[in-house]
Amino acid sequence: MSYCKIVTDKLQQVLGWVDERFPLTANYKSHLSEYYAPKNFNFWYFFGSLALLVLVIQIVTGIFLVMHYKPDASLNAAGVPVAFASVEYIMRDVMGGKFIRYMHSTGASMFFIVVYLHMFRGIIYGSYRKPRELIWLFGMGIFLCLMAEAFFGYLLPWGQMSFWGAQVIVNLFEAIPVIGPDLSIFIRGDYVVSDATLNRFFAFHVIAIPLVLIGLVAAHLIALHEVGSNNPDGVEIKKHKDANGIPLDGIPFHPYYTVKDIFGVSIFLIVFAIIIFFAPEGGGYFLEFNNFFPADSLKTPAHIAPVWYFTPFYSMLRATTSDFLPVLWAFITLVAGLTFRATSCVWVKRACVLAVVGVYWGFFGLTVFGFTPPPIDPVILGVHLGRGFDAKFWGVAMMGGSVMLFGLLPWLDQSPVKSIRYKGGLYKTALALFVLSFVLLGFLGTKAPGYAFFGLIPGGPVAAVSTILYLAFFGLMPWYSRMDKTKPEPERVTSK
Amino acid sequence: MSDNKQDASGGESCCSCSLDPSRRVLLAATAGVGAVIGAGVAVPFVTSFIEPSERAKAAGAPVEADLSKIKPGEMITVEWQGKPVWILRRTPEMIAALQKNETALADPASERAEQPEYVKGAGRAIKDEFFVCLGVCTHLGCTPNSKFVLGAESGMGQDWAGGFLCPCHGSQFDLAGRVFKSMPAPTNLKIPKHTYLSDTRLLIGKDSGEA
Repeated sequence: MSYCKIVTDKLQQVLGWVDERFPLTANYKSHLSEYYAPKNFNFWYFFGSLALLVLVIQIVTGIFLVMHYKPDASLNAAGVPVAFASVEYIMRDVMGGKFIRYMHSTGASMFFIVVYLHMFRGIIYGSYRKPRELIWLFGMGIFLCLMAEAFFGYLLPWGQMSFWGAQVIVNLFEAIPVIGPDLSIFIRGDYVVSDATLNRFFAFHVIAIPLVLIGLVAAHLIALHEVGSNNPDGVEIKKHKDANGIPLDGIPFHPYYTVKDIFGVSIFLIVFAIIIFFAPEGGGYFLEFNNFFPADSLKTPAHIAPVWYFTPFYSMLRATTSDFLPVLWAFITLVAGLTFRATSCVWVKRACVLAVVGVYWGFFGLTVFGFTPPPIDPVILGVHLGRGFDAKFWGVAMMGGSVMLFGLLPWLDQSPVKSIRYKGGLYKTALALFVLSFVLLGFLGTKAPGYAFFGLIPGGPVAAVSTILYLAFFGLMPWYSRMDKTKPEPERVTSK
Repeated sequence: MSDNKQDASGGESCCSCSLDPSRRVLLAATAGVGAVIGAGVAVPFVTSFIEPSERAKAAGAPVEADLSKIKPGEMITVEWQGKPVWILRRTPEMIAALQKNETALADPASERAEQPEYVKGAGRAIKDEFFVCLGVCTHLGCTPNSKFVLGAESGMGQDWAGGFLCPCHGSQFDLAGRVFKSMPAPTNLKIPKHTYLSDTRLLIGKDSGEA
């Protein structure tokens, strides 16, 4: 007994020594043992901590992969690109290498599954609403970094899909007027996707983006712990505190949510292990079969598609053809018209008119919806003023813009309530259509351009309608969220 | 004591402690020199990143192709500057078919296409029999697949008169690399500079003037 006391006293002394020099106990309290989270967290709240877990998995497996991987596009004695051969070497000859590699490649897909569910949670419970706008924006930054990580990382095995995926995405930037061609050379570091491209993508993938990513994750958590977590009821627990200033509906993160999250982690790791052992390629969805062929700059595989997590946005890029632009313009005119009617600010009204006219010119130039030749066509810096910009440029803008739209949610949602529990049928319908369009776009993006459902319903029009539905979820949100018949929010969180 | 207090309160809005202009000059000078050195140090980083290396710039030598082994209706691919260059030996039927689709093409006269001046007309070639073009889709840079089978058998519809289909986004081109209307690709396939060294030897990447 006395021995035990000596040890505890010693530990206390050590802790005291540290605390005088570094706020260890204070940080432990403010972020874990005395960080009060709402007591009514449900299933959806697993995915934040799981995202952190997957980040750690990716970093650890990544470090071990770099010990064996070689970013080198030159051919080895056997005529195989060195980078491709080094991945094969990891898979076949490095002890346990196969599992480390599959953990990393499957981990990428897991990351997106977890993050998409985490974002969906934020959407249904209004976690982006005031005062959590910055948490949401930091989260958007994390999402963009993840996309960059996935894109840069996918080039590294130097397989056919690596090569042609990079080729297509880098060429997207070529569509930007005036600066595009130079920009794409700058990204590649060469006139074609080559060894220079592979090396700089490697640098981005293993050091540049991860550093930014970790900084953003820290900012995301610091902002979260400043304002406190939202909850499935979307009501602020800080409104009702006890005599000690502790929220009545709050429970300390540790031990309550650490235990809950460890349960979630266990289930996740079981699923993750099953995938890695039995279906590491995810049927071609996690690792595409064509990527097991070395890169060949002279032959595009018969069917190329991005990995599943990019396909919804990729589908929107494909849907944006010159035929689609009139529809898109009509939609933008609708949103601008509604804004024009709703606002009393003369500058906003002018901006709406400018947007409608400007977008018309950008889409069609001086033609009638692109169907007639332009009356005049002066060319300035390679831009045909009479014809507007290529549909290709708008496809790129659509792909980038559709990702960025999430960032506007805190300001688009005008509903008096935050959580879906108290929102009305209008919002639920809009959300259901949004999820449906997202899934349909994602599915179509994995298919060849001419795909038809059951061989009957052509995929092209479905993608076009889905794109409009996707845009409408965001574009019309200020109106339907206000018209929606909401239920009154409770004063305190509800939990059973 | 009272002086100290005044100093402290006065110091909040503007420094009321005695100024030493000579230090200011020194500080400004060191900061200025530091900025110049910083900009200088940035130069190698920026240029290494933005400009392709000298080796990459040099890798553009013209390549020669032997036409004698291409049978009519066949196509070969030659690598030039890391990109595929196609040489298609068109049959008379193929050349005749070029006229068929004119109305369905986005730019039948190749007014907006990137091509040397000496490849004019529907065939877009110096000699109509040999069609030379960069096998890189003008949309996003994939290599289109050849679809030389005619009609419904090609899977391209009843009226398909032969051409190319890009696997990435479905752009269709005819046998002169001209893009059809309403395709993701904005312009016809590019044609590199090329010249005939003899009847069976073709040089890609150089004009006859330069050769």
